[in-house]
Amino acid sequence: MHPFSFTKVSDTREALDAGRRGGRYIAGGTTLVDLMRETVERPETLVDITGLPLREVSVTERGGLRVGALVRMAEAATHPKVRTLYPVISQALELSASAQLRNMATIGGNIMQRTRCTYFRDVTAACNKREPGSGCAARVGFNRAHAILGTSDQCVATHPSDVAVAFAALDATVHLLGPEGERHVPFLDFLLKPGSTPHREQALQRGELITAVEIPAHPRPLKSGYLKVRDRQSYEFALTSAAVALHVRGGVIREAKAAAGGVGTVPWKLSTVERHLIGERPSEALWAEAARHAADGAHPLEHNGFKVELLRRTVERQLRIVGGAK
Amino acid sequence: MSSTELTESAGPPPGDSGQSSATPTRRTFIATTTAVGGAVVAGGLIAGTSLVDAQEAAAADAVPSSRVSLTVNGTRRTVTVDNRTSLLDLLREHLGLTGSKKGCNAGACGACTVLVDGERVNSCLTLAVRLDGAEITTIEGLAEDDRLHPLQQAFIDQDAFQCGYCTPGQILSGVGCIQEGHTGSPEEIREWMSGNICRCGCYVKIVRAVEQTAPRK
Repeated sequence: MHPFSFTKVSDTREALDAGRRGGRYIAGGTTLVDLMRETVERPETLVDITGLPLREVSVTERGGLRVGALVRMAEAATHPKVRTLYPVISQALELSASAQLRNMATIGGNIMQRTRCTYFRDVTAACNKREPGSGCAARVGFNRAHAILGTSDQCVATHPSDVAVAFAALDATVHLLGPEGERHVPFLDFLLKPGSTPHREQALQRGELITAVEIPAHPRPLKSGYLKVRDRQSYEFALTSAAVALHVRGGVIREAKAAAGGVGTVPWKLSTVERHLIGERPSEALWAEAARHAADGAHPLEHNGFKVELLRRTVERQLRIVGGAK
Repeated sequence: MSSTELTESAGPPPGDSGQSSATPTRRTFIATTTAVGGAVVAGGLIAGTSLVDAQEAAAADAVPSSRVSLTVNGTRRTVTVDNRTSLLDLLREHLGLTGSKKGCNAGACGACTVLVDGERVNSCLTLAVRLDGAEITTIEGLAEDDRLHPLQQAFIDQDAFQCGYCTPGQILSGVGCIQEGHTGSPEEIREWMSGNICRCGCYVKIVRAVEQTAPRK
């Protein structure tokens, strides 16, 4: 690990000052410390922001939910409002990592976490994300766990977060605070596809701080849930996953929200699946027909072709779990 | 509550200093027997501080370091640490508390699990410099005098280990799991203990030990 200076800030103004000078924010640290030890990350200054007042979960005026950036994963998962209003968020969190890591990691840090691509983590391997222009060892390497959607010839690494998939499904917004003030960015615009700049992962400006993630109000009742498929049953990243939320009234699906994880360079919004569901009556045939579009546009690599069919089945199964079998 | 002040260049850690040379601890025994095969490795173990430690001490002026006050197993400690020091290394290399184990050093195995302010965390991914004012509980701090913590006793009763390397982390994680109330069924215990890997495969008995200790529903 490279040496770094350390400072702890107690208010957001202090944090932004430190951030503007190039300081790197640290909250739970579960990704950052790990990558610093591998020398993938080499910050000169760490700015401990855990003292900032960003640990509230609150219901917004319109009936949505605002989750402070420093709410830890364990706290967010068990918060009564999260559990009752958005089970998909609680489930995604509790299927992530381990109890220890969920006690440490925060919501803001979770969406900032970096890929688990082994070539990214190995400083001797070619990786355009870690070292722009050096190439992509994963494209021709062992790419079983890699992305099939949103890839480019520069990068095929997946975004590893589970709760980010729930946020993408629910059309969340990221609240940011910077030297210029506050701004809100749609979740789908916040995380960036690699394109020709895989080292740019978030739509963050220098020194900007995530203050919260907001889930907009959805019509009620809303049934939702998260399904995660992996090589072992617990404490593992997703091969595929599906976040689904459905609002059914009068026997007809009025609102459908869906996104997939483990398959995209960013959490993958399933817009085509959503469109096939809205206005229809729940049925086994509908789940199958909608889920057939889950992997539309996929570009499998040498070792991850299985993800195409696995993704369709994951989405179909989760539609059935949330929407019921009719 | 006693109070001690240590720096990186402090002498032998307290865990070893109280031992009589006539009665070798498990640790010095291993170190001595290892010396036959590898003197360099043994040297690090006998001293209770690693070679890395000595390098850190020599470079203490050159690398950014910070002063931290924290409470470990009821004892207040004030230490000056290289900012890169993990809680795990602080415990093992500086304070002589070698019960917490280094498995993967990447948050993937749980051998380093301790309680920070009452909650289970991976000490390998926790920077010591961030723990000013924190209360740490390690496996060394669970027993009360000669009376083992009920979960320690349960691990013995259930024969819940073979090599024992993951055991301190399993027990601290189990204490957290019980406090959190995730002991409703063997399946629930398995899921909420999944952050602790046991290469000997003692999972069935580990679950039984946690079950034995959890309050009856």
